[in-house]
Formats: sequence, structure tokens, C-alpha cells
Amino acid sequence: MSDIIVVQDLVKNYGDFCAVNHISFTVREGEIFGFLGPNGAGKTTTIKMLTTVLDPTSGALRVNGHDPLHERKEVRRSFGIVFQDASLDDELTAFENMDLHGGLYGVARRERAERSQMLLELVGLWDRRNDFVKQYSGGMKRRLEVARALLHQPRILFLDEPTIGLDPQTRNHIWSHIQTLSKEQNVTVFFTTHYMEEADRVASEVAVIDQGKIVAQGAPSALKEQTHSATLEEAFIALTGHGIRDEEASSADHMRKMARVWGRRR
Amino acid sequence: MRAIYILCIRQLKRYSRSPARIVGSLGQPIVFLLALGFGFGATFARAGAGNYFNFVTPGIVAMGILFTAVFSGIEIIWDRQFGFLKETLVAPVSRLQIVLGRVLGGTIVAMMQGAVVFLVCLVFGFRFGSWLLLPLALVFTFLIALLFTSIGTAIGSVLQDMQGFPLVMNFLVMPLFFFSDALFPINGLPKVLMLALRLNPLTYGVDGLRGALGHAFAFSVITDFAVLVIASLILLSIGSYLFSKIQL
Repeated sequence: MSDIIVVQDLVKNYGDFCAVNHISFTVREGEIFGFLGPNGAGKTTTIKMLTTVLDPTSGALRVNGHDPLHERKEVRRSFGIVFQDASLDDELTAFENMDLHGGLYGVARRERAERSQMLLELVGLWDRRNDFVKQYSGGMKRRLEVARALLHQPRILFLDEPTIGLDPQTRNHIWSHIQTLSKEQNVTVFFTTHYMEEADRVASEVAVIDQGKIVAQGAPSALKEQTHSATLEEAFIALTGHGIRDEEASSADHMRKMARVWGRRR
Repeated sequence: MRAIYILCIRQLKRYSRSPARIVGSLGQPIVFLLALGFGFGATFARAGAGNYFNFVTPGIVAMGILFTAVFSGIEIIWDRQFGFLKETLVAPVSRLQIVLGRVLGGTIVAMMQGAVVFLVCLVFGFRFGSWLLLPLALVFTFLIALLFTSIGTAIGSVLQDMQGFPLVMNFLVMPLFFFSDALFPINGLPKVLMLALRLNPLTYGVDGLRGALGHAFAFSVITDFAVLVIASLILLSIGSYLFSKIQL
């Protein structure tokens, strides 16, 4: 198996603050790779750099054989992503969101319709396809985002805390689809999560990042062995310590609060 | 091209689906139209300047376009905060296509809003100079909408959240409106005010619209057209550049 993601000596500084500090790792094709770390460890920053929306301070990146900094289009074509927070257009229907995505990715009209139907059926949203997304629950939005990320048949699927705030039923549902997909179509999955038992169950390989540095990498079983822990959660705490991390509230959080206060129809 | 079309259609859908927004943003122009249009009518006529209601209608239409256009551009902030912007930024299309799609969509939305305001003006008694000049009015409507959607886009690309929005309204949009020839004729103004009006691209937009709707041009149709085209191109370039620099 070849390496589909290669990260070498990656650095991202925001002024004096070093969000990602000289990290290197590789992800093999077809693998389900868990990227774990406490809040503010640099997980999302790394994903942003891999997905071309943030430029690194230094270091070399390879995604599906292309450089995210200089071959943006090729890289963007090769992955699908489910972001940490919402990225749907609430004022459009589920089907329209799928169709818009397919259009942006240049999926032919006929194929777009077929794949949209297939994927919406897969995540159990076909019957609600003509509802506006603003009427969807959190779990339904998540499922729609997963379906949308797969529409253009990406080689890599980035999932940034895809199951946050979801009930166990929905979590299992989403993961079983992703596992099937990974197995049947050899799609590489790169995900972050705070649920360690989830990572233990689905990931074939994990990397633990803390304060911008990778502190361990290997199969979940190897990490447990290395730290003499019974569970991945214990191993995680052994590696990253007990301290509680603060993460600054983003302006998005402020905005949402404001939007709620003003009761803007969304 | 495909991406431009798709994103443009998206904005038209959003506009047509929120009648509350269409009606809501009619409130301000209607208040101005009724209060000023009828309130100053008598004084204006006594001064021998003609029918004020007919004079002010192009200004009020331009106001509707101005506000909607700036707001359409600034919608980038909402899209950023509510996440949809990310979806477009990771798509395999150039930033230029994305920004052009957004600006074009916002421009058409602002033009439609201008048309709605114009219909209201017709209902309250505006009379056309000549229907033949309607296409010319459409051209100026387009240019005003394009110019101010570009300004909104430039601002929306830089601002991180809506906290700065009142700043934009009170220190940019309001002055642009009041320091233009929307409400009063440009002739005989104090020098400083005259200079402010001449530097304001909206002045040329209103003048063009006014000429096309049957009044005399204060400048000339060529001047109005040229100033608007040049200003639009400059601001569209700035807006596109700033949008292309957005990082998440």
C-alpha cells in the first residue's frame, strides 16, 4: 500500500503562537486513520492545511500525490470533507445541497442525480430530500454532510469530529457506512474525535497530537501496549496528561449566540 | 463558468424564498419616498424646480439597490459564520469563479429589489419620461448594483463577524446615500458638499438613473456610464483579490 497523505516537518504559527510544531506522519491508502488530541492541540489546523484552506508556515505536504499549496485543484478534487461545524446551506433543501455540491465538483448532471439518490438512501434521508436543511436535526445534518462529501467519489474522506453531539444510534450508523465504504471502495479515511472507544473500534492507525506536536503514533493496540493501558482512553491520558485545555471561543460561537438572541430566521 | 452560474442561482433562490426580507427591506425606501417625496413637494415646486416626487424616485430606487447590494456582498460573513463558505472554498473551482458567482448573484438580487421599489414608486404616482429609455435605466441599475455588491464583497471578505456591521452601515452606506444627489439636485451646493458628491460614485448612478427615467442629466450619460464602469471594475478587482486571500 502506498502513502496517500504525507506530512513532513509541518509548522503553522499564528504570530508568536505555534499551533502546529514540526509534525510528520504518513497515512496509507485505504486506511482508517484517527488523529487524536485534546482541545486546541492542532488537529483542525492540520486538517485545514491538508485541505488547502490554510497555508502552512513551513513544511511539505502531499495529498493523493499533489501539493495542497500549489496544486490546489487536484488536491481538492481528491478529497471529501465533513467539517467540525456546520457547512450546509440551511435555506436550501437537502437535495439542492447535494446538487450544488455535485455542480461545483463537475459531476455530470445524470450521475449527480443517481449518486445523490444512492447516497441519500444510504444515510436514510431520501424521503426528506425536499425538506429545507434548517428543519433538519443535528444528526440529520451530519448524515447529509457525510453523503455530500462522498458525492464526487473522493479518494480521501476527512472527518473532523464527525460524530460530535450525536446519539449512539446515529454514531454507529454513520461509522458502519464509513467502514463499509473504506473496505469496498478503498477510500482512505482521516478523522478526528474525542471519543476514544470510537477511535479504538474503527481506526487501524492513530496519531496523538498534543500542543502542536505528535506524541505517539501506531495501531491502537500498540499504543495501549506502549503505555500499559487497558483502553485507548487511558493510553490517551497517559500520553497527554490530565490538564484541562482551554480553547478560545471562536467568533462563530459569538455569532451564533447573537443570531439566537436576535431570532434571525435561518 | 459552471460554478459562477451555480452560486448565482443559489443566491436568487435564497432571495426568492424569503419574502419577509423582500418586504422588510422595502420599509425604509417607502418611508423616505412618502415623507420626503410628498413632504418637500410643495417647497420644491415653489422654488420652480418641478415635481419633487418624480425627482426623488430615482434616488429612492438607488437607495433600495444600494442597501440590498451592500448587504448581499456582506452576506459572505454569514456564510463564513454559518459554515457554507467552507464548502465553496474546498471545492475544485477557482476563488475568482466563486467571487464572481457571488457578486453576480448579489447584483441580480439588488436589481430585483430596485425593481420592486420602482413598482412601489409607480403605484404612488411616479410618471415616466419615456418608456423607450427603460433599457438605459436597466443598465444603470445593473451598474449601481454591481458596484455596491463589489464593495460589500470586499468588506465581507475582511470582516470576521457581524460586529462591524453597524460601522459599515453608519460610516459607509449612510454617507454614500446622503452625500449623493439622491435627495437633492447637485446644482448650487456649497463647495465642500459638491466635492463630496462628485467623489461619490452613487451620484453618477443616481444621475444616470434619473436621466434614463426622464429627467435632465446633471453630468452626461457618457460620464455617468464611464465613472460607474470604471469604479465597478476597480472595486470588483479589490473585492475579488480580498476574497481570494480568505483563509479559514
